[in-house]
Amino acid sequence: MSFPLEKARDPSKLRRIAIEPVSRVEGHGKVTILLDEHDRVHQVRLHIVEFRGFERFIQGRPYWEIPVMVQRLCGICPVSHHLAASKALDLVVGARKLSATAEKVRRLMHYGQILQSHALHFYHLSSPDLLLGFDSDVAKRNVVGLLAAYPELALQGVMLRKFGQEVIRITAGKRVHGTGSIPGGVNKSVTAEERDELLRALPDVTTWAQSGVRLIAELHAKNRELYEAFGTVRSNLLSLVGRDGKLDLYDGVLRARDADGRILFDGLEAEEYESVVREDVRSWSYMKFPYLASLGAEEGWYKVGPLARVQNCDSIGTPLAEAARQELLASSPGKFIHAPLAFHWARMVELLHAAEVIERLLADPDLLGRELVVTGARTSVGVGIIEAPRGTLIHHYEVDAQDLVTMCNLIVSTTHNNQAMHEAIREVARKHLDGHAPTEGLLNHIEVAIRAFDPCLSCATHALGKMPLAVDVVAANGERVARLVRGGEHAS
Amino acid sequence: MSDGARRTFALDGLEVPFEPGQTILQAALAAGHYVPHLCFHPEFRPHGSCRVCTVKVNGRTTASCTTPARDDDVVESRTEELDELRRNLIQFLFTEGNHFCPSCEQSGNCTLQAVGYELGVTTGHYNPLFPNRPVDASHPDVLLDFNRCILCELCVHASAEVDKKHVFALSGRGITKHLVVNAESGRLGDTPLAVYDKAMSVCPVGVIQRKGRGFAVPIGARTYDRASISAIAVPRREEV
Repeated sequence: MSFPLEKARDPSKLRRIAIEPVSRVEGHGKVTILLDEHDRVHQVRLHIVEFRGFERFIQGRPYWEIPVMVQRLCGICPVSHHLAASKALDLVVGARKLSATAEKVRRLMHYGQILQSHALHFYHLSSPDLLLGFDSDVAKRNVVGLLAAYPELALQGVMLRKFGQEVIRITAGKRVHGTGSIPGGVNKSVTAEERDELLRALPDVTTWAQSGVRLIAELHAKNRELYEAFGTVRSNLLSLVGRDGKLDLYDGVLRARDADGRILFDGLEAEEYESVVREDVRSWSYMKFPYLASLGAEEGWYKVGPLARVQNCDSIGTPLAEAARQELLASSPGKFIHAPLAFHWARMVELLHAAEVIERLLADPDLLGRELVVTGARTSVGVGIIEAPRGTLIHHYEVDAQDLVTMCNLIVSTTHNNQAMHEAIREVARKHLDGHAPTEGLLNHIEVAIRAFDPCLSCATHALGKMPLAVDVVAANGERVARLVRGGEHAS
Repeated sequence: MSDGARRTFALDGLEVPFEPGQTILQAALAAGHYVPHLCFHPEFRPHGSCRVCTVKVNGRTTASCTTPARDDDVVESRTEELDELRRNLIQFLFTEGNHFCPSCEQSGNCTLQAVGYELGVTTGHYNPLFPNRPVDASHPDVLLDFNRCILCELCVHASAEVDKKHVFALSGRGITKHLVVNAESGRLGDTPLAVYDKAMSVCPVGVIQRKGRGFAVPIGARTYDRASISAIAVPRREEV
């Protein structure tokens, strides 16, 4: 099985263009495009060029190290891995329900992470495209150019991110790669001084977050056709929702909808993820291709992340963000939104929601409590699912009787979006590149579509053990006499 | 000797008093002067194995933890030449084992890490050997992570001299030297080690760990978060 524009019929006769590296995303990746002599597009692929191997090398390590170790997958969203691993290992140490303090400290950490990561992505990485133009001067199409053209906005982005990082520092011990969350709870609560420090900064944060939502809504309104059609591909949607159906980024149950919004499944507990999600492997990528088991690889691919979440939930439980969500939904009456550029709008709605949740948590005395860790009857398997900034993040571990990890499976947000990103950039290639001499500005259109998903490519390389491997036996005269291939139809 | 005469030696130009029988390191620490060291522990007989405490006495290099202080000696310690040698020793230790501080439970409480920071070690410099050292998790309460062992022998001494159990020993020679467990099976679970043993509390790195207690101390409250090892080691030693 292959998708349109996945595999050219005769690559040897085609010209290859590489966008390498894909810029203003987390991690390292490249896009290859095969064109014929008339610049018609025959193949488009997003490649992850790095390899990590975390799933393998944490095997044999004690379980209590894992939340701290696996977060090193990423420098932008380490909190998501830190918490997803902790949630999985809560089950291993028998902590099915955390203390109120631990749960709220973790939530505060997570919403700080959402806030800083969304701010980073929108203001630093994507807004240069949206505000300066997809094919504007490449030398200025970056955060420095943004600072020159829109200094107040750029500074708001920097300050929003700083606030989110401070929330993480206070709850996890460090802005990046802290240790706050441990199996069964947390290792610290929040002091009154730390809480007050955050409360002092909060009013500005909420104001800036509201400005951000207004800005992206105005950009949509000004150029509706582009924002609705650019790279748009219909797909299923997957996310956690709270047990009450509301948006919940820390905990809940799995819900999936088809492209028209019909529920495919709902209320699935984390432990049941394997019954609904499968992963496909392609010979040319280190990144797997997940799909919904009931629909198969061809029809079952889906989107995760802000755009999936704000449409998958019944509502958002904070007033400003819910009003902003309603405005987003009203832009496409009666129809589910599949436009990649609408991810930005949804992301800013979530950023505002994060500011509101942080405000609520800071008013909660449980945050200052002393009951940090609970334990119970030990088990050997744990699955933790969290909504990371980029989408649904699944951590699955098995731990033996001697406390060592024997199995780990990570399905990372960006991996869920793999097929959706491919389809989006193929759509952009069809509409914007096909038949045109490629220029830097045109090629940036491809990157704009990738950026909309806010991929973290370094997190997403998890094809270990299933990578295609080819061994050639070559005779002294250079002729290949035998070839052994694992996993793929061809290793190139 | 009890003639009452004041005995001193010069340490980096400063006068350091000492009592008969004290080593240079003991006298220096007692007087409030930090000499970088790793395998020395005030409760055990010094054995000069790590050589991080190397000083020059009247121009000759020697381990300060085993060299008796002598009247009027001229001792050099924190010179660039000696600190550079110490940095090399620390880098050897980092590259001979598998020391992954970012995910090590002992980070922030680790003497090797703290001495590294004290000396300004910023990289391993040498090519890491990445030895294959599986952990021993056979004990119900204790994990042995051999990856981090620096062969200081403190657990060997503590188990033998205080606990009277002889749970640990060093085996092999040179680069193959390694920590072993005194059980026919070679497994910690088959030894009498108990969590309240002295051997549980002397490891300067993260080899001997209580199971299930990872990262219980938050960042900011760990031993070396607030002060460097040179600031912490000196007052502690004064109590000895």
